Amino acid sequence: MSVPTPYEFLDKVIRATPDGKQIRKCLQCGTCSGVCPYGFAMDYPPRSLIAALRADDWYGVLESDTIWLCVSCFACASVCPSKIPLTRGLLSTLKTEMLVAGSIPAELQTALGNSRRYGNALGESPKKRADWAKDFTVPVPVMASHKRPVDVLWFVGDYGSYHPRVQQVTRALAKVLYVLDVDFGILGPEENSDGDTQAFTGEWGLFELLARKNITAMSKYTFGEIITADPHAYNALKHEYPRLGFDRPVKHHTQYLVEHLDRIKPLLQNRGAQRVTYHDPCYLGRANDNNIYEEPRQLLQAIPGVELVEMSHNRALSICCGGGGGGMWLDGFSWEKAHTRTTEWRIKEALAAGANVLAVACPYETPRFEDAVKSTGNEGKLAVRDVVELLAESMFG
Amino acid sequence: MCGEVCVVVETLRGRVTEITFTMLAGGRGLAEALKTKLTALLIGHDAQKLAGELGAADRVVCVEHPSLAEFNPEAHLSVVTALLQQHKPRVVLLGHTAMGTDLACGLARRLRVPIISGCRSFSQDGGTVQYSALTCGGKLIATGPLPEPTCLATVMSGGYKPEEGRAARSPAVETVAPPAGLDQLRTRFKQYIEPPTGDVDIAKEAILVSVGRGIQNKDNIALAEELAKALGGVVAGSRPVIDQEWLPVTRLVGKSGKQVKPKLYLALGISGAPEHAEGMRDAELIVAVNRDEKAPIYGFAHFGAAVDVLELIPKLTASLRKG
Amino acid sequence: MEIVVLVKFVPDLVEDLEIDPGTGLLDRSFLRLIPNELDEHALEEALLLKERHGGKVTVLTLDFGDVDETLFTAIAKGADRAIKLTGEGFDQGPSNQRITAAFRQALGDLPFDLILTGTQAVDDLDGFIGPLLAEQLGLPYVGYVTRVTAADGRLVVQKEYPGGLNAEIEVSGPAVLGIQAAEKPPRYVVTSKVMEAMKTARIEEIAVGEVTAELEVPVSAMALPESGARAEMIEGDAQQVAQKIVALLRERGLVT
Repeated sequence: MSVPTPYEFLDKVIRATPDGKQIRKCLQCGTCSGVCPYGFAMDYPPRSLIAALRADDWYGVLESDTIWLCVSCFACASVCPSKIPLTRGLLSTLKTEMLVAGSIPAELQTALGNSRRYGNALGESPKKRADWAKDFTVPVPVMASHKRPVDVLWFVGDYGSYHPRVQQVTRALAKVLYVLDVDFGILGPEENSDGDTQAFTGEWGLFELLARKNITAMSKYTFGEIITADPHAYNALKHEYPRLGFDRPVKHHTQYLVEHLDRIKPLLQNRGAQRVTYHDPCYLGRANDNNIYEEPRQLLQAIPGVELVEMSHNRALSICCGGGGGGMWLDGFSWEKAHTRTTEWRIKEALAAGANVLAVACPYETPRFEDAVKSTGNEGKLAVRDVVELLAESMFG
Repeated sequence: MCGEVCVVVETLRGRVTEITFTMLAGGRGLAEALKTKLTALLIGHDAQKLAGELGAADRVVCVEHPSLAEFNPEAHLSVVTALLQQHKPRVVLLGHTAMGTDLACGLARRLRVPIISGCRSFSQDGGTVQYSALTCGGKLIATGPLPEPTCLATVMSGGYKPEEGRAARSPAVETVAPPAGLDQLRTRFKQYIEPPTGDVDIAKEAILVSVGRGIQNKDNIALAEELAKALGGVVAGSRPVIDQEWLPVTRLVGKSGKQVKPKLYLALGISGAPEHAEGMRDAELIVAVNRDEKAPIYGFAHFGAAVDVLELIPKLTASLRKG
Repeated sequence: MEIVVLVKFVPDLVEDLEIDPGTGLLDRSFLRLIPNELDEHALEEALLLKERHGGKVTVLTLDFGDVDETLFTAIAKGADRAIKLTGEGFDQGPSNQRITAAFRQALGDLPFDLILTGTQAVDDLDGFIGPLLAEQLGLPYVGYVTRVTAADGRLVVQKEYPGGLNAEIEVSGPAVLGIQAAEKPPRYVVTSKVMEAMKTARIEEIAVGEVTAELEVPVSAMALPESGARAEMIEGDAQQVAQKIVALLRERGLVT
């Protein structure tokens, strides 16, 4: 197991992305380290990492394990004046080196092992991936038994399929799609994890394995476009799957629903006044310049009774919930190293903005923020809901 | 010993282990069903004094030798084989333990008899005697006739109460000389390594909040600690939790850990596989929370709830604090 | 050190188990089979020994269908040879007697100083592979091993007893050891290395002749334990369950 030299590593980083050589133009300005939510706890936040490469402190870098604090939130990449692809290029490549060297926190190992064996990070049986739709009021066609083309292929994702809290979001979306008469279908047990988060833990090989399984499954069916409530799946399908030969139109559920806002509006009822603040998911906004900021807000503002307020860090400045880059599977590790949770910071911002509802649009966020509401002692003061749950509540009560 | 039921007594550091009494209880029933006698094989060094505890047997056959003072798989196998090869017993019972399982297969092969591992109990079905064994993590029960003319079984706890394997009688004791070759073994016991101390002794606690894989990560252990505090108890765990080092080994409940009999055992996210069940099934009140309605733990817990553990724990803590 | 690791594929308990109504036994047709967890620990311990003392690690498994990925993963982790045994009659139920006989045949030609395998497997019913094989080979066996050290042709193993007690036992090799837990959790190997192994490494095959079924354990029936047969299930959502549990504990005088 040979350790790469700094030059070999730099070469890998440069080749990881089309604009990789921007790394040579690092000004050492430190904006990246400053904006990083966990920069304060890292031995080598992005700026220091580049400095270490330049100063031959490479072996110090490999001995540190704080790279695992990186939640791949793209905050650093989005502010870099030299436009270095820090998240996708530098940081995830370092994580890959750590994995190759066998240095991996045990918590993360379990999630990656589960992804490989079961096609989902939670280690649940693949056969039960569509169980959320069993005994449900709305018919949910599974493509393998539906055997007909659909307009919309709905990529549900791991957490949407298996996590009890996020299954509620999935069912809310199913009800909305049904009432809008959308012709949709899901892959069910044929669906595997989109692989995006696994990729950002450095496991690009695992990502490719999962992606190819999904591509094989999706290629069997005829559909117009893909929608997903999962920004990570959105990001993978939009930016990574095409280089594996699968390039189909994909929308986040908020983008899709906004297109149908004229038909949704008449169905929305006033269920009472709510002061709602919206948390911008990293992978919908900053990551890869996806820049989906306004569509979710348009949906929220359409709900009668909703007053939209903004947190101090919104849109491109949004603070990561800590779930990306493997963070969802490293809470024990990050607590030990940092003794803070970005989610708790966010809850305080939401309350400071005067909100009593925190609206989200990513499957990691609902459970993470609900935990933080409790751990900050604010139970009852702030409800956490996916945008589609708020729509469904307004439509159906 | 021809046609008899034989229990291979298990001792650890000079004391008869609990599984022995489970085996004697089961062996007694078997002997009655088969209309034969129950013999206990006591193997050790300076072990004869333990024979008085084996009153449930009709007689005790004792073999002593210095190499048998502490468990040595090779030595013990050699001795039990020699004893049983002379006399073809009907059934031989060994503990499904670190010691019994070392011996059982080698013994079965030397005697050329079938071995059934993981037996919990035996019963009579018409004219035949049946075994009942657990397999697949406790999720399957296999039953079948006890093979004839001789067979071996490793016995797990849970099918019989150890108290029923104790009797006030003093059984007849017969000493037999050890076989040759016990001084030329390839295996040698060196020493014990004591368990770590300095942590709570979960076996002494009245209330245990025990967590399994369902706790999902180390972070959530803190939630269990809060609940334990609210209950006046202590946190314990099953094997996967200890293996991941989310709790120290002193908190392990189960076959490789501690046997506990608290007033309250709250099993959170624990499936209830036999290795764990062995450590806690005699608790006075077992309340199990596991989303899987088919989890084996519901087979012996007193109360259960198929809700999400991570949702329940904080609510339970809050409810306790409110009242 | 020449170490052989024996891996058995067992039903994955993440899936529901079902009984085949025709045979009354476990329905293995739709089962997912995975490598026995303790066998993965055995592989890890073997790799650690190789790292400390040099030598080779050979992984042996029966071809239960989809074993290639596991074998390539073992090679990616550092195993030197991966061999699958092909033959008839392995699929019909968990007969360790037959599986052991198959391993015995394959081991005839392989040099080894040490054989490691999991001390038990989840679907064991007719004994355990480690000690069954040890007896067939005339080798000493120690099970419930959690650490192996080697020096001067001798092995010193740590054997685990309940309550955190351990015993140190010395064995002069060759020997068979049943691993309860490796010194470290089984290592993760990054997917790209497994993919590379799939391209560059070769899985060897040994055809095993018919293994006779002697000393089999007769099984008349298998059943799922009646779930909830004893436990009184508490209904409701998490909040309601929490309240009911508190009421129950108060009723029993366990909390004030």
